[in-house]
Amino acid sequence: MEHMSLLERVVRGVLIVLIVLFFLFPIFWIFLMSFQTNEDILRIPPSLFFTPTLSNYSALITGKLVSTAGTLDIAFMKNLWNSVLLSTVSVVIALILGVPAAYAFARFKFRLGEDIAFTLLSFRFAPPLLVLLPLSLYFQQLGLTDTYIGLIWVYQLIALPLILWIVRGYFEDLSPDIEYAYRVAGHSWWRTFTRIAIPLAGPGIAAAGLLAFIFCWNNFVFALILASADKQPVTVGALAFVTASGIQYGQIAAAIVLSVTPTLALALYAQRYLVEGLSLGAVKG
Amino acid sequence: MANLEIRSVSKEFKTGKVLDRISLAADNGEIVAVFGPSGSGKTVLLRLIAGVEQPDEGSIFLGGRDVTDQEPETRGVGMAFQNFALFPHMSAFDNVASALTAQNVPRDVIRAKVGKVAALLKIEHVLQHAPRELSNGQKQRTALARALVAEPKILLLDDPLRNVDAKLRYEMRLELPSLLKASGSTVLYVTQDYKEAMALGDRIAVLSDRDFAQVARPAEVYGSPATINVARLFGDPTINLMPVEPLASRTGPKIKIGGAELSLPAGYAHMAGKACVLGLRAENIVVADTPSPESLPVEVVAVTPLNERTLLLLRTDDGREILASEAGTNEAPRRHGPAFARFHAEAVLLFDPASGRRIDLQAA
Repeated sequence: MEHMSLLERVVRGVLIVLIVLFFLFPIFWIFLMSFQTNEDILRIPPSLFFTPTLSNYSALITGKLVSTAGTLDIAFMKNLWNSVLLSTVSVVIALILGVPAAYAFARFKFRLGEDIAFTLLSFRFAPPLLVLLPLSLYFQQLGLTDTYIGLIWVYQLIALPLILWIVRGYFEDLSPDIEYAYRVAGHSWWRTFTRIAIPLAGPGIAAAGLLAFIFCWNNFVFALILASADKQPVTVGALAFVTASGIQYGQIAAAIVLSVTPTLALALYAQRYLVEGLSLGAVKG
Repeated sequence: MANLEIRSVSKEFKTGKVLDRISLAADNGEIVAVFGPSGSGKTVLLRLIAGVEQPDEGSIFLGGRDVTDQEPETRGVGMAFQNFALFPHMSAFDNVASALTAQNVPRDVIRAKVGKVAALLKIEHVLQHAPRELSNGQKQRTALARALVAEPKILLLDDPLRNVDAKLRYEMRLELPSLLKASGSTVLYVTQDYKEAMALGDRIAVLSDRDFAQVARPAEVYGSPATINVARLFGDPTINLMPVEPLASRTGPKIKIGGAELSLPAGYAHMAGKACVLGLRAENIVVADTPSPESLPVEVVAVTPLNERTLLLLRTDDGREILASEAGTNEAPRRHGPAFARFHAEAVLLFDPASGRRIDLQAA
């Protein structure tokens, strides 16, 4: 840093500001919108000066949307709860299934091993809409439409490959001798896995879990097609603000702020793991 | 009864065969130094015995029990890995204790046993540290303590002194024999350093070309190496080797080097007229300024004084180069120029150039 000339530093600063503006301004604007009434939002030209109101948030939290056309029930808090439930359970299941699988792919060479691992990854390549049509038919047959179990199952398409491939890279980085040393000391395979391999791959598992959580949280199309309002997460729930009497921009903005907050908090908390996990995944997987 | 026995064990990797039908037996409390050049399969051998690799054929017996198909945790061996393989997320104490926690030993017994072995290896003051806070020497001692703490019947040490500095290596070389003897375990000690093998081993198993070239007491390996290869691996400077063809004479077999004829032990009479390789250790050559019977006129080409001895490079009048080693440097240092070299006929080793095997003396 200290070797940079003044010009370089200025250019660097300007570029960083531009990038930050480009990515963060929309979020900043949404944040402002969430404290404005629809009238303030739709004013032309838009203004940074307005009388802040908490009406959007109170409408979301009480579940009663009062508009010129009357009172409308909205299930936003329910949607938020659905998001938390679906994402958390999906990630927990994906961790339970994915971490041992990642270990197996990293440590043992078996027939078709690479093919199976790649097939699991390829689930991430397929456009979700492509699989949704047949999936919705299956789900109707199986009675899984509009159930948490069905959604959590489908969410494995998002979470499992991610966890599998990131955690596998971490396991491959561990020296097998460390595990052998523990086994020679008299510990079973399972104890070695839980006491040595998992703790040492901990940062990777945490990073993969967080990423999977964020991807699950942000998913829109699976829940849109496969669940009704009762089971839908916030991403789909926000659609309810597109009402017959107009689009409730203020409530949408407040809903976005509320729904971004948990993932943002998680990401900030675990920023270090996330960057590490992402870059490792990129190199190893 | 042998406490450790391997019977015609083979192991092949994608890169080729590493061990080819090798066998070895070690008694209770015996220290066998497994010595060989790097890549000769020493580590693989230990890993087969520990059970972290599976042999392609052959069987492994520990304490009379066939463990070939047993999991590593049931074999009851202690092993120190060359790269230490300490558990990075555990303190030195927990590292050492890991062999005891597996056996559900009570907490206070664990503390007592770890304390005892830590005192022995002088790592008590670092027991609460994480492995990354330890010096290489402390890591090595921790790894050794972990292998020793459960008092295993079989102790496998994979070049434990390789990654420690020279000073500590010398100290440990002095301490280890008594430490290992006190443990009462059967020890397989892998090393690439022939001095370490000679200092520590009751017997040395020389691994070369996928099999044991020789398994014998250190003095025997040094004095009567089974093959040219073994002779070359032991000794500093390397043993002098030169092609010769013994001649028969009235007074017994002789060899001709330059203009001089030198006697061989009578037991080599059967080699007359056959091409051989003569092996002669540098310290068995005596260099003098004046000729004596059976001495070889040489030219001293180079003199390298070391502290406790002087290395001389000699050239015979037919152009062969011989290394000689003289004890002490207190006397007047030897100068370049003509001199006379002598050696005891008993010190001469003859090898078969085709097979590389040492030729035995035969009764006349």
